[in-house]
Amino acid sequence: MPYLVHSDEDRASMLAAIGVQAMDDLLTDIPASLRIKALELPVGLSEHETMSQIASLAARNRVFPDRLTFRGGGVYRRFIPAAVAAVTSKPEFYTAYTPYQPEASQGTLQAIFEFQTLIAELTSLDVANASLYDGATAVAEAAMMAHVHTGRNEIVVAGYLHPEYVEVLRAFSDGRGIKVRKGTEPGPKTAAVIFQQPDFLGLLVDARTLTESAHAAGSLAIACVDPISLAILAPPGQYGADIAVGEGQQLGLSPSYGGPHVGFISCRKELVRRLPGRLIGTAYDKEGRRGFNLALAAREQHIRREKATSNICTNHSLCALAASVYMTYMGPDGLRQVAEVGFKRAHFLAELLAALPGWEPAFPDRQFLNEFPMRVANGPAVVRKLARKGILGPLDVHRWFRELKGILTFTCTEVNDPRALDELVAALSS
Amino acid sequence: MSNQRRYTKTHEWVTVDGKNVTVGITDFAQSQLGDVVFLELPSPGRKLAVRESFGVIESVKAASDLYSPVAGRVTAVNDKLTSKPELINSDPYGDGWILKVELTGDLPGDMLDEAEYKKVAEAGAQ
Amino acid sequence: MTEPLSFELSRRSASAPRLPEADVTAPEPSQVLAQDQLRANPPDMPRLSEPELMRHYSRLASMNYSISEQFYPLGSCTMKYNPVVNEVAAALPGFADLHPYQDEDTVQGALELMWRLERALCAVVGVERVTLQPAAGAHGEWTALRMISAYHHSRGDNRTEVLVPDSAHGTNPASAALSGFHVVEVKSGPDGRISLADLESKLSPHVAALMLTNPNTLGLFEREILDIAEMVHATGALLYYDGANLNAFMGICRPGDMGFDAVHMNLHKTFTTPHGGGGPGAGPVGVKADLVPFLPTPTGERTNGHLKLDFKRPKSIGRVRSFYGNFGMLVRAYAYIVAMGGDGLTQASRDAVLSANYLRKQVEGDLEMPHEGPCMHEFVASAHNLAPHGVRALDIAKALLDRDFYAPTVYFPLVVPEAIMVEPTETESKATLDAFAAAIKEIVAEARSNPQALHDAPRNLPVGRLDEVAAARRINAYLQGLSDDPVLRWKPAPK
Repeated sequence: MPYLVHSDEDRASMLAAIGVQAMDDLLTDIPASLRIKALELPVGLSEHETMSQIASLAARNRVFPDRLTFRGGGVYRRFIPAAVAAVTSKPEFYTAYTPYQPEASQGTLQAIFEFQTLIAELTSLDVANASLYDGATAVAEAAMMAHVHTGRNEIVVAGYLHPEYVEVLRAFSDGRGIKVRKGTEPGPKTAAVIFQQPDFLGLLVDARTLTESAHAAGSLAIACVDPISLAILAPPGQYGADIAVGEGQQLGLSPSYGGPHVGFISCRKELVRRLPGRLIGTAYDKEGRRGFNLALAAREQHIRREKATSNICTNHSLCALAASVYMTYMGPDGLRQVAEVGFKRAHFLAELLAALPGWEPAFPDRQFLNEFPMRVANGPAVVRKLARKGILGPLDVHRWFRELKGILTFTCTEVNDPRALDELVAALSS
Repeated sequence: MSNQRRYTKTHEWVTVDGKNVTVGITDFAQSQLGDVVFLELPSPGRKLAVRESFGVIESVKAASDLYSPVAGRVTAVNDKLTSKPELINSDPYGDGWILKVELTGDLPGDMLDEAEYKKVAEAGAQ
Repeated sequence: MTEPLSFELSRRSASAPRLPEADVTAPEPSQVLAQDQLRANPPDMPRLSEPELMRHYSRLASMNYSISEQFYPLGSCTMKYNPVVNEVAAALPGFADLHPYQDEDTVQGALELMWRLERALCAVVGVERVTLQPAAGAHGEWTALRMISAYHHSRGDNRTEVLVPDSAHGTNPASAALSGFHVVEVKSGPDGRISLADLESKLSPHVAALMLTNPNTLGLFEREILDIAEMVHATGALLYYDGANLNAFMGICRPGDMGFDAVHMNLHKTFTTPHGGGGPGAGPVGVKADLVPFLPTPTGERTNGHLKLDFKRPKSIGRVRSFYGNFGMLVRAYAYIVAMGGDGLTQASRDAVLSANYLRKQVEGDLEMPHEGPCMHEFVASAHNLAPHGVRALDIAKALLDRDFYAPTVYFPLVVPEAIMVEPTETESKATLDAFAAAIKEIVAEARSNPQALHDAPRNLPVGRLDEVAAARRINAYLQGLSDDPVLRWKPAPK
């Protein structure tokens, strides 16, 4: 059997050392009525047969080339440097346990400390945590922070926040008696105003005004941001937001049918004690050597137990490592280049599409970065036609928003070369 | 230990001066917690009920709620604890005091004296 | 060895990587966006060439212990071998390159894999359906409690309490509180098992659920589980299973048969998905028929061989994360189950129990054993017998690090003083177990003859014991505005 190490001799020898006759003598605590004869599962397979089965499942999926992928909605095709997988596939990283014994975990701890610093810098806030599961749970955790910090029970969602993030926010809020309201005006019961920049349609919102209006009502401002956009756009710290959250998938992670990805959260220093999840900090040993360590653990569930702000006890460490490698590979100049190329290609594509008969920008007065909404009749038919031509076309947002019938959002990144844009336009015109 | 101090089962102590009560945690409590690194404390003016949780005391490895031994109104909070929480470890009955409260009514009848509290601490230490 | 931070290695003059040019006629962002929308100051991120970057991360990797190199006898963590073929499986482009918003017709293979994994997990634990959405164990636990809460509300029942054993992991009460419940502790008896008398006294129409792990956190099977289930169900409450210890009895018995209504599992424990230094994992939750309506949305449905996602679930608790689950981890767990089969999983649990009992026997002369054997897949020892020498469980743990072992879990469960919780798993050879036992013997002898050596451990690692108190105080000083050192991040030196 695969991955088992004991031979029958080993087993016999161990039973003898324990002083019992048979394996069943070790299972006497289990009531006889509960014992089962066998699991209702097929017998195990050889590695070859296992991989054949897995590969045939993979083959039943349609993979669209990244250059012909124009669909975003929270998950994007990006250039992922080979360095990312080269690092995350090191067994010392991917098979390591949670760093509870810091002396034996300095590699992971330092890498994640670098991640925390990178996210704090990118979002221009004071402290970031060691990562969360995804953008959706990051939004929900930030809302819980605001609730605990202000003592207020209402969360206002301003504008087009990713609909799945709103669903998760509602699920978290229901459990704690918190109300989620869509709107733009916070009130005296509002713990926080949450907005997305750029929003779910790719459009830029007036982050500064939303932040100021939140503060005027005594609420916190939570900005859900695209990490690559922060190379060009004003980061949350610049316009005074209290908490920044977002999805880090674009920082070196494959789409992987939705997971695992990585959420990030950063905040002003006044809120640091409310941060959920892991935090890594510097610490020194007797010799004065600098090391890294899990910090402020007393916030966490295993100590506060029922008084914890959150029950999260992991981060998405390996995904945060991937993001760290990506950001370090790119550096500030590389990240800006990636953002600018996406910006330009998207704006070029938007012009091409607007010139097609039947197509127009859905919100012509609004700005965007590299994701934008277009209006066209019979969106679903358009998307199906593109799929037949091997193109993963735009996202039909009517699926989530009844008022957005006929609106499709397109995404452009550095992997959509100019010829790919021509192929898209040609496919739409035919 | 002073004869005037009274104690709770949850390891708080009080000393009384007319209507003014000073509150802290006991030497046993601080030794159980380990090095104190942070306290979350109420603001002056806050009203407290007996056994109401009024704050949190954190060490590296543990966090404990602080329960009010009396009913009353917070008149002062030991500001020194913000920058030097370790005072609770080094001087839990003196410089490590936590709150001053203006008493409403009388001291609760079930407060422990020196000897009774010593038994509680010894039982907890096992 | 030490390794500077990437920020400290960074040089302003290092050039950016070569990236595609836009090659299209389009405006610059600054020509289109308002000044106020633009980033005023570039982020202070490191600049490293690729050779420097790879060197940096390789050196960091060498400072880690990992299951690929060291034995990890961590109780309740099931640090078993991570099959390398699972990495190959998850990286197949047919999985890795799938966009979650692709049309269902184009991802039938992915949906089929999730369906088969669900069916397999149902078979292992004995439930009707499983949600694969939760991203981690604690996440799954919270999801289960939300379903339990929704179940009671749907019956017009407002139950506000959840019972948790005093030996439970801290996530149990945290998850319960975050689901809107008040937590009540149930005592364990002198043998570490839950006290039926105390349970009886705490059951009432206010109780929504009892949360249990079986075997319990002491590695002991709750012999009276059928009685416990009956007592709990008689009051209308539900029984929740914390799957941390599932590795003890796959193919031997099933939580569903014991009466558990919600069964939580950790794919990163029992089902070998790698820990990654702290995630990503996956925490699926299995449910019996009564809880099925409340499962997170969407569920996967299979009709005539065709898979689809069902979003029309009016009683669902909603979504607990974006998209469908940590799909990449689901692929790995599924590959493991296919390779092992029912026979392999059963043998795995049998070997896990055998190894734990063997190791327990090897060390019982050196450490205190608070409870009688046999144990299941893990056992709890205590370093209390070394207290007269001033040696604690922590010292034993650090001394093990020096001998190239990762330490067992220490100070948990809280009900045993100086606890050392050991779970060898089935993928460690007898030779490794013997070496570990020998190391324990050596350390215990050193505790008696030269305890200071243990207090100084570890000495062979990149750093020694770190002063956490000083670190916490420095963080405090930063948060109070009394210091510039943020501690929780690197900061550029002031100009």
